[in-house]
Amino acid sequence: MSAAAATEATLTSQEYIKHHLANLTVGEGFWSWNLDSLGWSVFLGLVFLTIFRSVAKKATPGVPGKLQCAVEMVVEFVDESVKGTFHGKNDLIAPLALTVFVWILLMNMMDWVPVDLLPWLISLATGMQMADIYMKPVPTADPNITFGLAGGVFFLIIYYSIKVKGVGGFMKELYSQPFGHWSLYPINFILEIVTLLARPLALSLRLFGNLYAGELIFLLIATLGLYQLPLHFLWATFHLLVIPLQAFIFMMLTIVYLSLAHEDH
Amino acid sequence: MNLNATIIGQLIAFVVFVIFCMKFVWPPIMAAIEARQANIADGLAASDRAAKDLELAQEKATSQLKEAKVQAASIVDAAKKLEAKIVEETAAKAQVEKERILASGHAEIETERNRVKEELRAQVAVLAVAGAEKILERSIDAAAHSDILDKLVAEL
Repeated sequence: MSAAAATEATLTSQEYIKHHLANLTVGEGFWSWNLDSLGWSVFLGLVFLTIFRSVAKKATPGVPGKLQCAVEMVVEFVDESVKGTFHGKNDLIAPLALTVFVWILLMNMMDWVPVDLLPWLISLATGMQMADIYMKPVPTADPNITFGLAGGVFFLIIYYSIKVKGVGGFMKELYSQPFGHWSLYPINFILEIVTLLARPLALSLRLFGNLYAGELIFLLIATLGLYQLPLHFLWATFHLLVIPLQAFIFMMLTIVYLSLAHEDH
Repeated sequence: MNLNATIIGQLIAFVVFVIFCMKFVWPPIMAAIEARQANIADGLAASDRAAKDLELAQEKATSQLKEAKVQAASIVDAAKKLEAKIVEETAAKAQVEKERILASGHAEIETERNRVKEELRAQVAVLAVAGAEKILERSIDAAAHSDILDKLVAEL
């Protein structure tokens, strides 16, 4: 990292940080794609599914192997979290929670990859200048990724609200509470819409904010020269807490929101 | 922080991954876990049952052992009684036999004595005759004096 920073001596710290916060993007305007975020996101999702699918195929009720034990621990942890919060019958919520938890955990763990390692490897492989390489490997530090996840959860909230309560019931819920009197229905409606929209927004921004800030601090530390090494170690150690916690919070809130969507008021 | 089509890409990936997980990952793993839980529950129940069975068997064995001990004691008692009876009977038989043998011995001795007595008597008669002959220096007609001899013999 420090060596890599030295090779970018032509960049000021400000330019260095700005460069590292930029995505590898193709396309114009809204129809542009962050290839690094999306690529890493899909890759890590495939890593998750490959490992878990390989265990699922060979899963035995007898004596499990070590990998099966590890996978079962995660599955049971998620299952208990779901059962503790959601009491209805739904075949989607538990696998959804598992996917969300492991996938976000893997994406967050990309925060531990040294910020200049991947660009340096790419420059070694292709001979490109470091300053020309854009590579942000933490998908959850990209708001597009977290909005994509929260958007999926939001659609599920709407879908199950309507499925359980019907369109009428769902609409009634939006204007008939918290105040019971008809004259206050517009105010109710505004409050409820805000509540409804705040859920996916808070979900995605919380995850994005934590990981983006973590990444930013890593970048700031990387500009410090030789002193960065112990600081990197401290900050990475702190992420031992942040990374699983953020994945867990996202999973738990997903379960809570979906179980609220199932409840009739 | 610029929002772009990446959101759509991520949303599609999310939906696909969740569906895959729901169809192909979660059910087999959960099935394996639940099957193992059932196995373990069965095993625990079986071990409980086995422990109870063992307790019962131990109780049964203890009672059977007690019964056997009582039975053995009664058999030993009976055997002792029988033994005493046999000893008694044998002793009685032996006594009878002894008396019989003694009696027959006595009888034999008696008959022998009688026979010897008869023999002696006869020989005494002959000796008496021989003695008398010597005294008289002449022959005595045994037949003529048999009455005297017989009297003599009878007196012996």
